[in-house]
Amino acid sequence: MRTPVVLSLVGIAFLGLPVLAPAYYVTLMLPFMAYGVVLLGLNLLFGYTGLVSFGHALFIGIGAYTGAVLTTHLGVRHMELILPAAALAAAVVAAPVGALCVRYVKIYFGMLTLAFGMVFYTFLLKFYKLTGGDEGMRMLRPYLLGSEWPGFSKTAYLIGPYYYFSLAVLVLATLLMWRIVRSPFGLCLKTIRDNPLKAESLGVSVPRYRWYAFMISAVYAGAGGALLATPTGNVDPTLAYWTHSGNIVFMVLLGGFSSFFGPLLGAFAFIFLQDTVMSVFPYWRLIFGAVLAFIVIFAPGGLMGLFARGRRPVEVSRA
Amino acid sequence: MTANLVNILMGGVFHAAILFLVAAGLQVVFGVQKIFNLACGSFYALGAYTGVSAVGYFTAHGGPPALFIIPLALGGLAVGLVGVVVERGLLRFVYDRDETFQLLLTFALVLMLEDLIRMTWGTAPVSTGGLYLNYGQARILGATVPVYNLIVIAASLAIALGIGWLLSRTVFGRIIRAAADNREMAEALGVDMRWVYVRVFTLGTMLGTLGGALVIPATAAMSEMGIELIVEAFAVVVIGGLGSMRGAFVGALVVGILRSVAISVYPELEMLLIYLIVIAVLLWRPSGLFGAAAA
Repeated sequence: MRTPVVLSLVGIAFLGLPVLAPAYYVTLMLPFMAYGVVLLGLNLLFGYTGLVSFGHALFIGIGAYTGAVLTTHLGVRHMELILPAAALAAAVVAAPVGALCVRYVKIYFGMLTLAFGMVFYTFLLKFYKLTGGDEGMRMLRPYLLGSEWPGFSKTAYLIGPYYYFSLAVLVLATLLMWRIVRSPFGLCLKTIRDNPLKAESLGVSVPRYRWYAFMISAVYAGAGGALLATPTGNVDPTLAYWTHSGNIVFMVLLGGFSSFFGPLLGAFAFIFLQDTVMSVFPYWRLIFGAVLAFIVIFAPGGLMGLFARGRRPVEVSRA
Repeated sequence: MTANLVNILMGGVFHAAILFLVAAGLQVVFGVQKIFNLACGSFYALGAYTGVSAVGYFTAHGGPPALFIIPLALGGLAVGLVGVVVERGLLRFVYDRDETFQLLLTFALVLMLEDLIRMTWGTAPVSTGGLYLNYGQARILGATVPVYNLIVIAASLAIALGIGWLLSRTVFGRIIRAAADNREMAEALGVDMRWVYVRVFTLGTMLGTLGGALVIPATAAMSEMGIELIVEAFAVVVIGGLGSMRGAFVGALVVGILRSVAISVYPELEMLLIYLIVIAVLLWRPSGLFGAAAA
């Protein structure tokens, strides 16, 4: 019964944050919310279906570049159009890529997704005329709810309207994902993770369901990527690089992949921890590598697993 | 025309020689420990930086520049001993875990080593200068090729033969192959797997660090070189087949030469072409050209 109380407190904190917290911390919340959307989708694949993608940054890149191309080249400035367009672009790419990848599991799935991610990365990097090469492309400030918010400075826009817009998107994405994982479809995915043979014998088409999960997670990553592009301001190929894919898997693991809210906690912890570490010590990767090693070896349930330890044994699925 | 062709080919083979060393390290570790070591590229970067420092120390203390290859190779091999620490300190905890966790642990190593290198050597590229020109240039069919590159190609070939001999003709090689085939059976027959794992992982690390050290006179060491190379080494082992030494050899040649040809013909295609081949191989023959049946 603690969950509703915790959720309401978190909700109130989120709503009041732009008023109470310094602007700097509010701007850090923007990438958190964008990654939150990405990770909800990634965990449908990782935690619920048991497939670990090492190329998911591909879809973040597609979402972010969709936003940049629409705002700078095509004059489409409404975020309400950009988000569906980013999700659609991710889905269009994910349909064939996913269909090929889900034929494999475990390390082969990871390698194939990594290879597709790197194809897109090299495309972004090398086709300078289309993509701006390593300099990338600018993401212009999008209109929200049909308004340009003309009176707002860059920071005021980000910590005001854009913050609440991102929050609304994250809440909607969370509610939708909650429905998905609780539906018969979500149960089928878990069965596939735990015992694919049994799922198959019960009449669940394993490759098709894996493909659905892949598509949904790609759509989430595309929308999250578009959401991420505005606070970043400039999208570049490193968004699609394989280490970025590794980092988002890290975030999921940090929070706890066997829990619904774990990935959100992971994104939050990753971004604020990274900011804290970088303010005192420039080599954040050293610390984060050690944290990741610690989690892998001693606490595979992540932060959620540590919190839950007192209540029930941590369940670590073996995909 | 021929000169141009020879240049492209020799550039590709030189790159392939280095790639083979790193990929061979990846293969031997994957073959025995079943861990896909993302950090093999980081070991390569570590070897490169150590090589630069070793050569710098050697020439600063009056060593004859013509002998720089000795401290280079020794430095590269010595830093490979870090493999013992990594295996005993981290990897041994995860052998019975899901491979996702093993992969993520090696990713943690990638993160740590990248910043350790930045902390130790700074962010600016470092190099050994033009030392490699001490060995002069050779003329092959009208093309000029640095003799140093030929030495590295020969060394890589010798190491390939050495590994072949080690695996097929020595007791340790037989143990490695037995362990790769069936760990439980090897253990039941009295093989101390802990000892095998330490040695195999250190061997794999040393191949990577040596590769990094040998490449460095011809280029400059940068902190991103590791994470860039791992995706190429990854392409090599996928094309050749995971766990196969012969596969690493052929895969390295394919990737090295194709990359060299693509750069001179149509630079935009450089790595794109290689990843497309990787995808084609994974889809058409997931076990690679020389691999056993797909896992």
